Amino acid sequence: MSQATPPVSPALVVRSPHKAPCHSLRALGHKSLGLFAVVASLLAPAAVWAGGPPGVAPAETAPAAEAPADVKTLTMLMVRQLRPDRLPPLSLLDLPPKDDGLAGARLAIDDNNTTGRFLKQNFTLELIESEDPAELIAETKKRVEGGLGFIVTDLDAKPTIDLADALKGLDAVIFNTSAPDENIREEDCRANLKHTAPSRAMLSDALSQYLAWKRWGNWVLITGPTPEDKAFAEALRRSAQRFGMKIVEEREFKYDPGSRRSDGGFEQIQQQIPTFTQKLPPHDVLVVADEGELFGEYFPYRTWDAKPVVGTAGLFPTSWHPAIELWGGTQFQNRFKRLANRTMRPLDYNAWIAVRSIGEAATRKQSVDRKALIDYMLSPEFELAAFKGRKLTYRAWNGQLRQPLVLATGKMHVTVSPQPGFLHQFTELDTLGIDRPETKCRAYQK
Amino acid sequence: MTLLKHTAAIAALSLTSLALGSGPAAAYKVFISNEKENTVTVIDSEKLEVVHTIKTGNRPRGIILSKDGKWVIVCTSDDNRMQVFDAETFAYVKDLPSGPDPELPILHTSGNPLYVSNEDDNLVTVVDIQKGTIITDVPVGVEPEGMGMSPDGTILVNTSETTNMAHFITTDGYKNIDNVLVDSRPRVAEFKSDGSEVWVSAEIGGTVTVIDPKDRKIKGKITFEIQGITKDAIQPVGVRFTQDNSKAFVALGPANRVAVIDAKTYKVEKYILVGQRVWNLGFTPDYKLLFTTNGTSNDVTVIDVASEKPIKSIKTGRYPWGVVSGLTPVKAAENGAPK
Repeated sequence: MSQATPPVSPALVVRSPHKAPCHSLRALGHKSLGLFAVVASLLAPAAVWAGGPPGVAPAETAPAAEAPADVKTLTMLMVRQLRPDRLPPLSLLDLPPKDDGLAGARLAIDDNNTTGRFLKQNFTLELIESEDPAELIAETKKRVEGGLGFIVTDLDAKPTIDLADALKGLDAVIFNTSAPDENIREEDCRANLKHTAPSRAMLSDALSQYLAWKRWGNWVLITGPTPEDKAFAEALRRSAQRFGMKIVEEREFKYDPGSRRSDGGFEQIQQQIPTFTQKLPPHDVLVVADEGELFGEYFPYRTWDAKPVVGTAGLFPTSWHPAIELWGGTQFQNRFKRLANRTMRPLDYNAWIAVRSIGEAATRKQSVDRKALIDYMLSPEFELAAFKGRKLTYRAWNGQLRQPLVLATGKMHVTVSPQPGFLHQFTELDTLGIDRPETKCRAYQK
Repeated sequence: MTLLKHTAAIAALSLTSLALGSGPAAAYKVFISNEKENTVTVIDSEKLEVVHTIKTGNRPRGIILSKDGKWVIVCTSDDNRMQVFDAETFAYVKDLPSGPDPELPILHTSGNPLYVSNEDDNLVTVVDIQKGTIITDVPVGVEPEGMGMSPDGTILVNTSETTNMAHFITTDGYKNIDNVLVDSRPRVAEFKSDGSEVWVSAEIGGTVTVIDPKDRKIKGKITFEIQGITKDAIQPVGVRFTQDNSKAFVALGPANRVAVIDAKTYKVEKYILVGQRVWNLGFTPDYKLLFTTNGTSNDVTVIDVASEKPIKSIKTGRYPWGVVSGLTPVKAAENGAPK
C-alpha cells in the first residue's frame, strides 16, 4: 500500500443491528481494515481505484490529484452485498475470490483511463460493501445526492429493485452485474436500472439452442431445492418449449448440503447418484438446475445411463469463461491476470462491461456529465466492443445487455450461442431471452 | 525535405508501374500467414496454386516484405518475436525482436526501421531490421493493432483496439502528435499513396473513418449495408487502395465480402462475395490481382482487380491471416520451387 493507513474512528463505524463487525462498509484496498468502515470513504472519495498495478492502492495520490486542471474526473460507485451465509460451491476451483466482480470493474477503470488520458478524462471507482442491503441503499443514495451518477451493483434481486426505487428521480443509473432474476427485467423493471448480467432466460435459451442444434431434444430435468434452482428450472421449461425440446421427466434433488469439505466423500456419492437417476424414460441429456453449485457436479460420470450432463454442471451457459481466447480475448485475459493475479470470472466480466459502458459513453460524448451520458446510453447510437466478436448494445425495452453467450465446460468453451439458424428480424442476439413483443416491462416506455 | 522525399517516392512508384504495368499478369509469389497452422503458404500468382509451405514459429499473423523484396518478415505472435525468411529460397534467415504478442509490422518508407504493434503491452516497438535490435518502444493505447506509414515517412499511425483511437506518431522523435477517436475496435490504418488521406477500419463499429493526416480531422465515415446480412456481421478490417487511389477495397470479416469503394466520393460501389471471415487483403505488385485471407474457410479468394470479380479460391493452411506479395516476378525455372 502506498498510502498511510486512514484513520479509523470508532464513532463513525457503521454497525449492523444484529451481527457486530462483518457487515461494515469497507474501503477498497484496505485488507487490514476489512472489518471496519473507513471513515474517509464515507465522507469523501478518498478510497478510490484510479488505476495502477495491483497491490498499489492509489487513493489519496490518485493521478487526478496531480493531473492538470482541465482533466475531468468521473467517479463511479460499486455497491457489493457481502453474503457470508452463502454456501461455497462444491469444487475448490470454484470458490469465489474476495474481489469477484470488483477486479473486473478495476480493469475497466484502467481501460477507461488509457483512453481517458488522451481525452483529458479520468475515471475512478469508489466501493461500499456490507451484508446489510438497507445500509448499502442508504449510503448509495447519500452519495448520489452528493453528485455520483453511476452505480455498479453486485446485489440480490430484491435490494437491486429497492435501490432503484430509492434513486428514483435522481440523475443516476444502476448497472446490475449479478442478479439473473427475470422479474427485475420484466414486471418489476425500473427505468434507472440496466443489466449487464445475463438473465436466466438468456442463459437457458443459449443452452437450449445448442441442444436443439445437436438434436438432443429429450431432457430429464433435475432441480435443486432452492428458490434460485426453481427459477432456473422455470427458465429451462420456457426455453424447452420455445425451441421444441421435450422434458420427459423432472426430478427434484433434495439434499442437506452439510459441510463442503470432508476427507472422503466420493464413496457414497458414487452409490447415490446412480440410484437417483435410475428408471428414467429414454432421454438425450440430464439438465441440472443447481445455481449454488452445491450438487450438480456430482452428476457427470455417475448417472445410471451414460448421458451427458448440462445446465449448471457439465456443459453450462455463461457470459464469460477464463479460457476464452476468441475475439481478441487473449490480451483481455492477460490484462486481467496481471491486475488481479487470478483468472477472470463471469461476475468480473459483467462488472467490466458496466464500467466500460460508462467509460465508452464518456469517450463518445466527450463529457462526464451524468445526465448527458445516461441519455446517450439509452440512445440507439450507444454500442460497446467487449470481446464478443460483435458490438454489444442494451435492449431499449428493459435495459438488458444483449450479448452472445458461451457454452462451456470447466475447462473450455464448447460453442457460442445464438446458434446458426436461429434467425431474428432485427438481431440474432434477441433470440436469447425475453424479446420485445413478449416483454412485461413498461418502465422504459415513454 | 518532406517534399523531396515525396517526389522521390512518386518517381519510384512510376518506375515500378512502367516496369510492371503492361502485358499479361506476371507470376509473383504471394505469401499467406496461417495463424493456427504455424505456416506460411506460398502461392504462384499466375498458376494460382500453392507452390510451397514454409514452417514458422507460433501463431504467424502480420506479414510484410522488406523494401528490397528479399525478406519476408512474419510476426510469430505467440513466440513474442518476428521471423525473417528469404523470399526466393524460403529459407529461414533470422529472428527479429519485438515486444509481447507482435501483431502487425510496417516498415519505414526508407526500408528500415520496422515498427511493430505489440498487442499485449500497449507499446509499439521500433526495430532495426538489419542489426536485429530494438531501437525504442513507444507507448500507445490499449491493444495496439493497425499500423500505417505516411508515404513521406514522417508519420506513423497506430490504432488501439480497446482505446478506439488512431494515434499519430512522428517517426522523428516518436512524438505522439494527435489521437483521433474512431469507432469501436479499430483494426487497419492505410494511407493513400499520395499521402492525402488515411483510412481506419473499425471492426466492431462497422465503419471506415477517413482522416486527413494534415490536420487529423475526420473527412468522412463509410458505412456498409448488405441485404440479408445483419449489421453486426459487417466487420471491416483490411483496407487497400488501387494504384491510382481511385478505389478502395475493404474486407468485411464475417459478412464474407469485400467492398469496392469509390475512394473520392466514399460511395460503396459493390460487394464481392469471398470466403468466410475475410480479414486482410494484398495486391500483387502490378495491382492486377487482389488476394483476400478468409480465416474460417481456410482459403484465399483471388479477385481480378480490373473486372472486380473473384476468379479463384485457393486452399491455404488453417486460419489464413495476413498476405503479402513478393516484388519480383517468379522466373520460369523457379516455378517448380521446393514443395
